[in-house]
Amino acid sequence: MVATDAVPVILTHGLGKVYSAGTEAEVVALRGVDMRIDRGEFVAIMGPSGSGKSTLMNLIGCLDTPTSGSYECDGVDVATLDAEALAALRRDKIGFVFQGFHLLPRMNATDNVAMPMGYAQIPPAERRRRAVAALEAVGLGARAAHFPNELSGGQQQRVAIARALVNQPPILLADEPTGALDSKTGEEILALFKRLRDDGHTVILITHDAHVAAHADRTYVMRDGELHEQAAAEAA
Amino acid sequence: MSFLDILRTAFFALRGNWMRSALTSLGVIIGIAAVIVMVSIGQGTQAEIDKMVSGLGSQRLDIGSAGGMGAGGARMAQGSRWSLSEGDVEAIRAEVPSVQYVAGSLRGGTQVVFAENNASTQWQGVQADWFAINDWQVAKGQGFDAGDYGGGAKPVILGETVRKALFGDDEDGIGQTVRLGRVPFTVVGVLGSKGQGGFGQDQDDIVVVPLEAARRRLSSAQGMPPGAVQSIAVGVDDPRNLASAQAEIEGLLRQRHKIEPGADDDFAVRNISQIVATRTATTNLMSKLLGAVAGICLIIGGIGIMNIMLVSVTERIKEIGLRMAVGAGPRDVRRQFLAEAMLISLIGGVIGIGIGVVGALLVGKFGNLPVELNARVVLLAAAFSISTGLFFGYYPARKASLLDPIEALRAQ
Repeated sequence: MVATDAVPVILTHGLGKVYSAGTEAEVVALRGVDMRIDRGEFVAIMGPSGSGKSTLMNLIGCLDTPTSGSYECDGVDVATLDAEALAALRRDKIGFVFQGFHLLPRMNATDNVAMPMGYAQIPPAERRRRAVAALEAVGLGARAAHFPNELSGGQQQRVAIARALVNQPPILLADEPTGALDSKTGEEILALFKRLRDDGHTVILITHDAHVAAHADRTYVMRDGELHEQAAAEAA
Repeated sequence: MSFLDILRTAFFALRGNWMRSALTSLGVIIGIAAVIVMVSIGQGTQAEIDKMVSGLGSQRLDIGSAGGMGAGGARMAQGSRWSLSEGDVEAIRAEVPSVQYVAGSLRGGTQVVFAENNASTQWQGVQADWFAINDWQVAKGQGFDAGDYGGGAKPVILGETVRKALFGDDEDGIGQTVRLGRVPFTVVGVLGSKGQGGFGQDQDDIVVVPLEAARRRLSSAQGMPPGAVQSIAVGVDDPRNLASAQAEIEGLLRQRHKIEPGADDDFAVRNISQIVATRTATTNLMSKLLGAVAGICLIIGGIGIMNIMLVSVTERIKEIGLRMAVGAGPRDVRRQFLAEAMLISLIGGVIGIGIGVVGALLVGKFGNLPVELNARVVLLAAAFSISTGLFFGYYPARKASLLDPIEALRAQ
């Protein structure tokens, strides 16, 4: 899909992250990452474990701040933000989907989906309406009152995706979203991502699996802390 | 998150572990119950003291013979039992300017009889100022007139308890003749009811006769000198003059009784604050004891809350990570855990208030201590319980809020 917005949702320049800088345990997890992702793209970031892709995900997910370089998330420079401001940015800009779903077991599907809206000061009645709508959008309208332990893995991941979408963030960040699912269910989730892309969402998929990455329009590959854009032919 | 959201979330979190939450709030329950009992006893005592010193209480002095009052060892010569006289009364009235009222009195026990009814009671033979000093009103009939104090007449004013015993609910008995012992007296009035006194005695169980009539007709004491009185009550015009009036009276009486410098007084002047002080000391000790219990319980309860909140933070570290990932800031997380701690202690507080109120009522009923319960006690207890949660919940809440969302999400 062609970018419709002049401001890219993700724009990094020379992004670097060093852990335990200046000590013997110093680890350079990320060096000089330049990345640009526009609105409505479906991009995969691929790489083996230890390649730095988790670090990159934490940075673009506004969970962490870089030690060098710059990152603009939907036009906002994150380098100077404190914990409160980062939280607000995550709330407004990022929808997370995790490998382990991370649903709260005490809450039913609707309440799980509605949970992030509590932090966005949305009135309760509106929350409920939007949560049900989001569940319907991922095909789980009939399971709205079910608790996580009453749902299959695929259904739980759909609930998690609905939760990620519910604050209408510009970026959907999925960390190994199919990792805990069987391949058939995984395909369904990936199909759902494509549909969301078609609806105008920006989807960023973090995976170590080339088959999963192949569903994306564009693939970046992390190797030893460096990011490379994979040629289209190579991906195919 | 809105206040209501935070409260709701906290409520559901606690309900998920309701047994644990209930046990945690036990310390607060006991602590708050102790606070309630303590404060209500304290307030009851204070109210009682206020009642005692109200009116003329703080303006009042009581003079008795040293022997009769038992002050200072009570080893006085027999004659000093009647050391006070009407002469002393008049001297005090004449020579101590701050004295507003002064009245000598005699007292004793007697049987009061009317028709087939009788009652055992105390009689007081009094001078006119006695009513003002003791804050007695004549509710029905009238008081004594000047002629009644002369000694020829035999009028009596009944206390409410005595009136009821003799005349039942309907009749006031005014104008009837009753016998005190064997002597007939005419009922001229009934005192307004005062109810229970500060020491639990029935103040209305009394009959009052003029001093002279009492001396002639009721007093059975042998060797009583003429004009003697058992005690003298003094009303001072202003509470601030109480001490100086006491000193002046003591000087005056030493002079009148010809007591050499250095010799023991044959009389004793007491003021009500000395009586109150003894009682206050007892209840203060009780209050302090309960206060210590309350304090210890609240600290232990608070530590319990802190402990369980720390466990909760560790247990729910993934939830914290998730909430942070979807947009909860450190402030949101801190508020949520603080709300849980405060909810535990508030629920404990509410239950504690219930138990405390029942406990205070039981103490009032069976413990022979004055108890006063009011909204202030309850509000104070509620404030205590909330602050316990706030104080002991802060550290765990802060710890949760400072978690790194990445670490928290990754935690097992």
